[in-house]
Amino acid sequence: MLAAFVVGGILVALLGDDPIETYQLLLGSAVSWPDGIGYTLFYATPLIFTGLAVAVALRAGLLNIGAEGQLYAAAFITAWVGITFPQLSPWLLVPLAGLAAVAGGAVWGGIPGLLKARFGAHEVITTIMMNFIAVALAGYFTQYHYKKPGDPILQTVEMGANARIARLGRFVPGLPERIPLNLSFLLALAACLGVYLLLWKTKWGYALRATGANPGAAEYGGISTARQIVIAMALSGGLAGMVAINDVLGYRYRYYDGFSAGYGFTGIAVALLGRNHPAGVLVAALFFGALLRGGLFVDIFTEHVSKDLVQVLQGIIILFVAAEELFRRGVRGPGRLRGKV
Amino acid sequence: MLELREITKRFGEVLANDRVNLAVEPGTIHAVVGENGAGKSTAMRIAYGFYGADSGEVVIDGVARRLASPEDAIRLGVGMVHQHFMLVDTMTVAENVVLGAEPGSRFAVDLAGAEERIRELSRELDLTVDPRARIETLSVGEQQRVELLKALYRQARLLILDEPTAVLTPQDVAELFKVLRRMREQGKTIVIITHKLSEVLAISDAVTVMRDGRVVGRVRTRDTSAAELARLMVGREVLLRVTKGPAMSGASGAPVLAVRDLVVQAPDGAPRLAGVSFTVRAGEIVGIAGVEGNGQSELVEALAGLVPRERTSGRIELLGEDVTALPARRRKERGIAHIPEDRHRRGLVLDFDLAENAILGVHDRPPAVAGPGGVWLDRAAILARTGRLLSEFDVRPADPALPARALSGGNQQKLVAGREITLPPKLLLVAQPTRGVDIGAIEFIHRQLIALRDHGCALLLVSAELEEVTALADRLLVLHQGRIAGEVDPAVASAEEIGLLMTGSQRAA
Repeated sequence: MLAAFVVGGILVALLGDDPIETYQLLLGSAVSWPDGIGYTLFYATPLIFTGLAVAVALRAGLLNIGAEGQLYAAAFITAWVGITFPQLSPWLLVPLAGLAAVAGGAVWGGIPGLLKARFGAHEVITTIMMNFIAVALAGYFTQYHYKKPGDPILQTVEMGANARIARLGRFVPGLPERIPLNLSFLLALAACLGVYLLLWKTKWGYALRATGANPGAAEYGGISTARQIVIAMALSGGLAGMVAINDVLGYRYRYYDGFSAGYGFTGIAVALLGRNHPAGVLVAALFFGALLRGGLFVDIFTEHVSKDLVQVLQGIIILFVAAEELFRRGVRGPGRLRGKV
Repeated sequence: MLELREITKRFGEVLANDRVNLAVEPGTIHAVVGENGAGKSTAMRIAYGFYGADSGEVVIDGVARRLASPEDAIRLGVGMVHQHFMLVDTMTVAENVVLGAEPGSRFAVDLAGAEERIRELSRELDLTVDPRARIETLSVGEQQRVELLKALYRQARLLILDEPTAVLTPQDVAELFKVLRRMREQGKTIVIITHKLSEVLAISDAVTVMRDGRVVGRVRTRDTSAAELARLMVGREVLLRVTKGPAMSGASGAPVLAVRDLVVQAPDGAPRLAGVSFTVRAGEIVGIAGVEGNGQSELVEALAGLVPRERTSGRIELLGEDVTALPARRRKERGIAHIPEDRHRRGLVLDFDLAENAILGVHDRPPAVAGPGGVWLDRAAILARTGRLLSEFDVRPADPALPARALSGGNQQKLVAGREITLPPKLLLVAQPTRGVDIGAIEFIHRQLIALRDHGCALLLVSAELEEVTALADRLLVLHQGRIAGEVDPAVASAEEIGLLMTGSQRAA
């Protein structure tokens, strides 16, 4: 991690800016009150959901590259519910739309799970394909059925006031309501706790983790690995779908094509950095949120460094984490033939 | 001929060889014995240039050598036959023998010359190997002879054999030993790595015993005994004979498992088990003998419910109930426990801690969860059960929070055996219960299995170790190519008689 920042600093210096100043700017703008913290937490919220989504799948031995498609499917269905039932009371409409988000993601994730369990189709391939389908389908319906006539932007009409969840600024003194940080951040924290309890404290989580850690032993223990694959993918998709609660119900109040800044893919990095544990995912998501927030300021206030630096930093960190992981697993010792000692 | 002086080798935290001194005299057969993990394979791989030692030296023909790779060792006349053969299945014997040392010019391989040389070598040793036969058509014993030829073709004067008898029938073992003695007569030197004491006594001239990476004994074979070697290997007195009374209920016990015409196919449709019928009664151990790969694994997996339905046919009854269509989980609930042949692939989740492994298979019912239909794992109850299991079955270290990966093979096996035995089951399927397990643990596991039998459990025991099945079983079925070749009484049948059945020959009598 430190090494990643050193390498990043060298890059900054090569570009012609002062690395120390740049890092001060990055950090300072990410933790200032209220804007820095507010936005850092706001950016972190979707990454918590997608990080959890990828982590749950990985715990079951599955690489879910499709969180992106799952959150797109969820976002559209959520906006559809909000647009279609504007007259419902917010106490009914918000939970309904939220459930739609989870269900949409779960279905979109569950399909590759089913394909894998039934036909052995590899989930990496199918989830990538499902990504394209989700984005294209949502775009199609938006373009031809749910767009405001004449709107040049590919987005649905706005949902009514009943389909919105409150921003945290309303409850937290000193936090202005213009910052889009909303109640779904608390939902994200609850999701971390929930995933932890589910995976480590229940018999269902035991079955899921056993399937991921050693499918042969899971079968031997009477666990249906096919069923666990479907459950894990649906669960993973459902968690990814919760991004829609943050974005559609808490921020934009509509489906907007291209709303996700690659949350689904960054989620893979978050899960990796967080070692597939909810606590780790939370910390990693907050860290990435801070990088995103700080990156904007670095972009504006430095001469040569753009916010792409943040992505470079992310990439370097992931590289270092992955390398460390490989190292820990013990590539040490003779690689030629690992026989018995 | 070969000497290791103060060889030390570390793998990470593990001290695999700790100042190992070993001397092999020319023209002798030298056995290196020790339990799994004692460091014997490591020491010999260092002698073969496969690993470099951290310190110490390898002396060949009286000169300290630097061996950077096996090629250096081969040049000095050292050959090694690994436990797992390194042959290309689709190529002929001659092609395999010359592989890496092809005769002829830069562009053409002189196979005809090689074949002639192989015939010559075979004649000298009285081996029957056709140089033009393809490896995949050969038996395991014949493949091993090809490995020997490979080393001899490279003019090895010292041959290291790593557990050469692990995969052989008794006949093949006898044949191998004849060949080894002939090689000794020709002046070759042989080092044989093994943990089977009867073989050490039968073939070797001198023995080096290793334990925990150290040499703990050097003896002449004619001055020692199995009991002494076992004591050196384990570090304490060991009971080598299994003591068991006659089966209490035996033939009169109620049938627990009844199998009728069981057929199992491989995923590619090839028959692995071709219609097997037998019964196991309460209070008896039925042994399954056979050369590995003759349907034993498939039999056990099918009985445990781990083979997909569409690849099996026939009928399996447990206590009169047809369980053929039930999945593994339902069979477990009805009292079928299973000690699998591969504890890493089946029996354990190596990344889970011991407590989590202790509830594998029973994680969804009390006491793992509170009450039937419970959802939350009851960690306190699980720890209590695990604690009892670890102390009762002497699993060390007895720390329930340790990952299973951290245990030695013997302790892992005791954990699996304990988990299954304490269920307690009505029928216990046992496959290779002591594979890769040290002598001390073997003795312990055997006693537990017999105690379980004496409590009225029915046991089906599969083992590649003929000594193990004959010692434990009350009745012995021999499998050959997916069929039962015969049933014998292990108390009276000779190893030769059983060996003949294992190779498919019909019984003489």
